[in-house]
Amino acid sequence: MTTASSAGHSRRDFLFVATGAAAAVGAAATVWPLVSQMNPDATTIAAGAPIEVDISPIAEGQDIKVFWRGKPIYIMNRTKKQIEEAQKVNVSDLRDPQPDSARVKEGHDNWLVVIGICTHLGCIPIAHEGNYDGFFCPCHGSQYDSSGRIRQGPAPLNLPIPPYAFVSDTKIKIG
Amino acid sequence: MSGPSDFQPQNSVLKWIERRLPIFGLVHSSFVAYPTPRNLNYWWTFGGILSFMLAIQIVTGVILAMHYTPEATMAFNSVEGIVRDVNYGWLLRYLHSNGASMFFIAVYIHMFRGLYYGSYKEPREILWILGVIIYLLMMATGFMGYVLPWGQMSFWGATVITNLFSAIPYVGESIVTLLWGGYSVGNPTLNRFFSLHYLLPFVIAGVVVLHVWALHVAGQNNPAGVEPKTEKDTVRFTPYATIKDAFGLSCFMLFYAWFVFYIPNYLGDPDNYVVANPGVTPAHIVPEWYYLPFYAILRSIPNKLFGVVAMFGAILVLAFLPWLDSAKTRSSRYRPLAKQFFWIFVVVCLGLGYLGAQPPEGIYVIAGRILTVCYFAYFLIVLPLLSRIERPRTVPNSIADDVLAKGRYVASIAVAAAVAGLLMLGGGSQAQAQEHDTPNPPSLTWSFAGPFGKFDEAQLQRGYKVYKEVCSACHSMNLLHYRNLADPGGPGFSIAQATALASEIKVQDGPNDAGDMFERPGRIADKFPAPFPNENAARAANGGAAPPDLSLMAKARGYERGFPQFIFDAFAQFQEKGPNYIHAILTGFEDKPPAGVTIPDGSYYNKYFPGHAIKMPKPLSDGQVTFDDGSPATVDQYATDVSAFLMWAAEPKLEERKRIGLQVMIFLIIFAGLLYFTKKKVWANAH
Ligand code: FES
Repeated sequence: MTTASSAGHSRRDFLFVATGAAAAVGAAATVWPLVSQMNPDATTIAAGAPIEVDISPIAEGQDIKVFWRGKPIYIMNRTKKQIEEAQKVNVSDLRDPQPDSARVKEGHDNWLVVIGICTHLGCIPIAHEGNYDGFFCPCHGSQYDSSGRIRQGPAPLNLPIPPYAFVSDTKIKIG
Repeated sequence: MSGPSDFQPQNSVLKWIERRLPIFGLVHSSFVAYPTPRNLNYWWTFGGILSFMLAIQIVTGVILAMHYTPEATMAFNSVEGIVRDVNYGWLLRYLHSNGASMFFIAVYIHMFRGLYYGSYKEPREILWILGVIIYLLMMATGFMGYVLPWGQMSFWGATVITNLFSAIPYVGESIVTLLWGGYSVGNPTLNRFFSLHYLLPFVIAGVVVLHVWALHVAGQNNPAGVEPKTEKDTVRFTPYATIKDAFGLSCFMLFYAWFVFYIPNYLGDPDNYVVANPGVTPAHIVPEWYYLPFYAILRSIPNKLFGVVAMFGAILVLAFLPWLDSAKTRSSRYRPLAKQFFWIFVVVCLGLGYLGAQPPEGIYVIAGRILTVCYFAYFLIVLPLLSRIERPRTVPNSIADDVLAKGRYVASIAVAAAVAGLLMLGGGSQAQAQEHDTPNPPSLTWSFAGPFGKFDEAQLQRGYKVYKEVCSACHSMNLLHYRNLADPGGPGFSIAQATALASEIKVQDGPNDAGDMFERPGRIADKFPAPFPNENAARAANGGAAPPDLSLMAKARGYERGFPQFIFDAFAQFQEKGPNYIHAILTGFEDKPPAGVTIPDGSYYNKYFPGHAIKMPKPLSDGQVTFDDGSPATVDQYATDVSAFLMWAAEPKLEERKRIGLQVMIFLIIFAGLLYFTKKKVWANAH
C-alpha cells in the first residue's frame, strides 16, 4: 500500500518537475531573441566596413577628424617637435606605459591615428590643446600627449589606436 | 481584490513588507486562494489568454518601437529594415502583427462565451461594460497600429476610417482635419497615431485591472449560471484554474505559432506591401479582418450619417446588453430558444465578416442589409422578447450538482458541427465574384512551400541572373543589398562573389572634401542600383506607368481563392500566391487579344493581369538569358526562376522562420502534452 502510493507520488513529482522545467526552458528561449534584437543590425554592421582616407591634404601640424563606425578618428600629421617630445618621454613614468613607436606605423612616424574618444567617460578631446602638445578633454580635464597617451587627469588609458594600415604613402585604410 | 486575506508570510522580511504594503496578501487572495467555480470549461481560459496576448503585444511592440521610424517617407522602409536586418526582427514583427489577430480571435471567443452563458447579467453589468470599453480601445489601438507600416492599406484605411467622423453634422470636417493634423492623411497623422498606438495598450492594461477587480468582486460566472453556494462548489484558483489556464494557453500558442511561423501573411493584405501612395487607391479597400462585420454594416446602409451611426451603434449596443436581456436564467444551456438564437447570431456575425471582405455590389449588398437587420434584431427584438416569453429549463441546484450531471457537451458540439456544415454549404453555393473574368494563376510547385520548404540556391542564382539581365532595365529593387546575396538562406553566393557583383556597378558618393560628388565602384553594403533616378523619370520613360519596385513584389500581389478554399489554405500553409502570380504574368502574354477584347494603345494583352491591359511589354523570350548550369533557356524557366528569386527577395528570412518554427512547434506540442497530464493529475483530487 505504502509503496504504491509513494510510486504514485514520485511519478507525479516527476511530471511537475518536467512541466516546470519545460516552462523554464521555453521562457529562457523566448528571452534570447528579445535581447539579441538590441545588437547592431545588419545595416549597421555592413556600414562598419573599412574606409579609405586620403591623407595627402593634411599639412604638417594639422589634423583631420574622420568617422568610422560612428567613432571620430583623429589623423594628425605631427611636427618634428611633437615627435621628439613623444619619443623623449620616460615610458615607465606613464600611467599607461607605451612607447611612441608602438603607437605609430614604422616609417610613418609623423602620422598619429587615434580614436578621439576620451578613455575617461567618452567625451571628444580637443587636438592641439593642453600642456603636452596633444589633446585636452574639456569634460573633466584629461590631458593626452602628442602620442595620444594619458598624462594628466582622470582618464585611465591612452587614446586607443584603431586598426589601420597604409595603402600607400598618402592613403590609409581604417578598419 | 477579493477582500481581506488570511495570508500570513512566515519569512520576517516578507512580514516586514506585508505590514507596510500588503501586496503578497493581495496576490495570494486574488490569484491563489481565490475561489473559482469548479465547473468552468475551456471557454473560460480565454481571459488568461487575453492577458497573455496583451503582454505579448506590449513587449513586442515596445521592442519594435526601438527600430521603427514614425516618419512618412521612412516608416515603410524602417519596417522592412526590422524584418530584414534586425536580429529576429522578422519574428518580432510577425509576432506583433499576427498577435493583433490572435488578440481579436481570443476577445471574440471571450465575448461570445459571455453572451452564451449570460456573464453580463446582474451583478456583472459593470464587469461587462468594462469589457466593452476594452474592446473599443482594442479596436482603436489595432486600427492605429495597422497604419504604422505606411503601406497602401495603412494609408487608405486611415483615410477611410478617419473620414467616418466627417459624417457628423456641422463639425465633422473640422474634426477630421483635427485628427489628421493636415488637409489629408500625412506625416502628422502618422506621428500622432504612433504616439497613441504606444499609449493605448497601457490604458487597456489599466482597464483590464478594473475588469479583473470587478470580476473578483462579483466572482466568476460559470456554465451552469448558478452562483457558488458552498465550499464544494469552488476550487482554489491555484493550482486548479492556473494549470487549466496554462494548458488552454499552450494550445492557443500552438495556434498562434502556426500563423507566425508558417502563414505570417495569411491574415494581412498584399496591398500593404506596397508603400503608401496618396494618388492611387487600391481596388478593394478592406480593413483588417476583425473589423469586417462592422465594415459590412457600414456599407449596407446607403446613407453616410446613418451608416456611421449604425456601425458605432453595432458596438455600443453591446454595452446595453445587461438591460436588453432581462431573463433571470443566465446560461443559454437552460434556455432552449436563446441557445438557438445565439448560434444564429454567431452565423450572422461570421456572415457579416465574410460580406465585409467582398466588393460592395449586387448580391453582397442585399445579403449585407439582411444580416445587418438580423444583427440589430438579435439585440433589440429577440433578446428582450425572449426574456419575456421563453420558458427556461430548470437550472441545477448548485455547481456541485452540475458537475455530477455530465454529458451535455454533445448538444453544443452537435450545434457547432451543424453551424460549420451550414457555413460550408452556404459559402459553396455562393457565386464567386470573378473580377473581369481574369482567371486565377495556376499553382506551381515551389521548393520553398510547406513547413520544410527551402529555397533552391541554383534557382535563386538563375533568377538573379534573369533579374539582372532583363528586369533590372526597368525595375528597381530598393530593399536589396549586395550583401544579401551572401546571406544564409539566400542564393548562396560567397562573400567574394557578392563583392565582385557589387564592384560591377558605379555608385555616386560624396561629397568629398572639395564638396564634389564622385563615382566609386559598388561595395557589398550598397543597394541594387535603380534604373531611373526618380519616379517621374521612370514614368516618363515607360509610357506613363512607372515600373514598380520588385523588392516586395512576391508579397504585394495576390488573388482571391474564394470560400472555402481560403480556409483550407490556412491548413495547407499556402503562401505562394505572389510567385504564382508573377509567373503567370510573365508567361501570360498573348500577341493577339481574343476576339472582342480591345486593348488600348501602348498596352499589351495579358491573360492574368486584372483587366488584361498591361503597360509592360512581354519582357522575356526564349534564349534571352543563358544559364551556366544548363537549365533550359525558355520563358517558362526564366519566369519560374525569377519568381522564386523575387519570393526570396520579399521574404529573405523564410528558411530561418520555418526552421525556428519547427523547433517551436515541437516544443509547444511537448509542453502542451506535459501541461495536459499535469492538469489531469492536479484535478484528479478535485473530483
Ligand atoms: S570624459 Fe574626458 S576627462 Fe572625463
